[in-house]
Amino acid sequence: MNRGTDGVFFLTGKDFTNAGSASSNLKGILEKMGIPPEIIRRASIAAFEAEMNTIIYAVAGMMHYSITPEVIKVILQDMGPGIPDINQAMQEGYSTAPDYIREMGFGSGMGLPNIKKNADKLTITSAVGEGTTLEFLIYLESVSQTS
Amino acid sequence: MTLGEIRDILDALVLTHRVDMSRDIWRAYCADLMSDVLAFSVTQSLLITGLTNAQVIRTADVADIRAIVFVQNKRPDIETIAMAESKDIPLLATGLSMFDTCGRLYEKGLRSQHGRIL
Amino acid sequence: MKLVDLVEHLSLEVKTPGADLTREVTGGYVSDMLSDVIANAKAGSVWVTFQSHLNIVAVASLKGISGIILVKNRVPDEDTLKKASQENIPIMTSSLPAFELAGRLYTLGLR
Repeated sequence: MNRGTDGVFFLTGKDFTNAGSASSNLKGILEKMGIPPEIIRRASIAAFEAEMNTIIYAVAGMMHYSITPEVIKVILQDMGPGIPDINQAMQEGYSTAPDYIREMGFGSGMGLPNIKKNADKLTITSAVGEGTTLEFLIYLESVSQTS
Repeated sequence: MTLGEIRDILDALVLTHRVDMSRDIWRAYCADLMSDVLAFSVTQSLLITGLTNAQVIRTADVADIRAIVFVQNKRPDIETIAMAESKDIPLLATGLSMFDTCGRLYEKGLRSQHGRIL
Repeated sequence: MKLVDLVEHLSLEVKTPGADLTREVTGGYVSDMLSDVIANAKAGSVWVTFQSHLNIVAVASLKGISGIILVKNRVPDEDTLKKASQENIPIMTSSLPAFELAGRLYTLGLR
């Protein structure tokens, strides 16, 4: 691959019919670019968890992606409630999901830990009442850092 | 073991078309929580679940699941089955409970980790 | 088979000290969906799940479940444990994934 690509997906809050489709699309793009399968898996899982968080909690959001020979960068920006305590939110098992979300198979409190586990770098900024921006990076082999 | 053998052990129905029943499955994982499926390495497994919404298929796609079996006669809708077909993820349905499904497959040698080829 | 036998055979860690482990276990149930457990689980069963939310205790009480086993070392939070002690619902943890745990229970003869 000798050039990059980037794009954006728009996410609608509570749209469970399409939840996960942005990450599926991103996975397809990564596959077409010939990126190694293990990297695709990590990027897709991280994107999926971030996408689900936006759909579960926010009114709307956007997933920006940028893929260069060095790095895959994904930024989720949402208009949601914001996260009051990011450290707490990062704890495995901690969840603020309402019951109906648990009945759909989500809300087990593993989303953010899953993103962290699969990304090389994770940055979350959030303001209660405004929204959350989550950015993760996965380095490709030329600048690879083992996680 | 093959998908065909799994179908026989579970008396299952195959919901998706044009499935290669000789496909090999070395590992099995049961869960209804999608982040659980994503958190623990379950690539190339058979996913055993009672959840039948579209996210199960998307989760399976992202997690590289080899096939899905729905328990207790639960069935996904037509759109979800079509999505699975487009992603080449075979779907099976059994009337057994998740407990019995896991039990029967475990007795026949299937495991979650360090799967043996059967 | 009693809960205390399962604790021994499967090297389970008991998270609710003082809970009644002498209860008979008459079956096994595996599910993370509360609605599913409410609809289908039988009294006297041991419930295998990854779901550690507080609600699991109320569901277990409602259905007469003999005990809950959380898999993959899932850490139940303080609220859940407190409620479980109040309701006398034993909560145990296993390092095994649910598939393995269910398989072992099945092999021990539980149905």
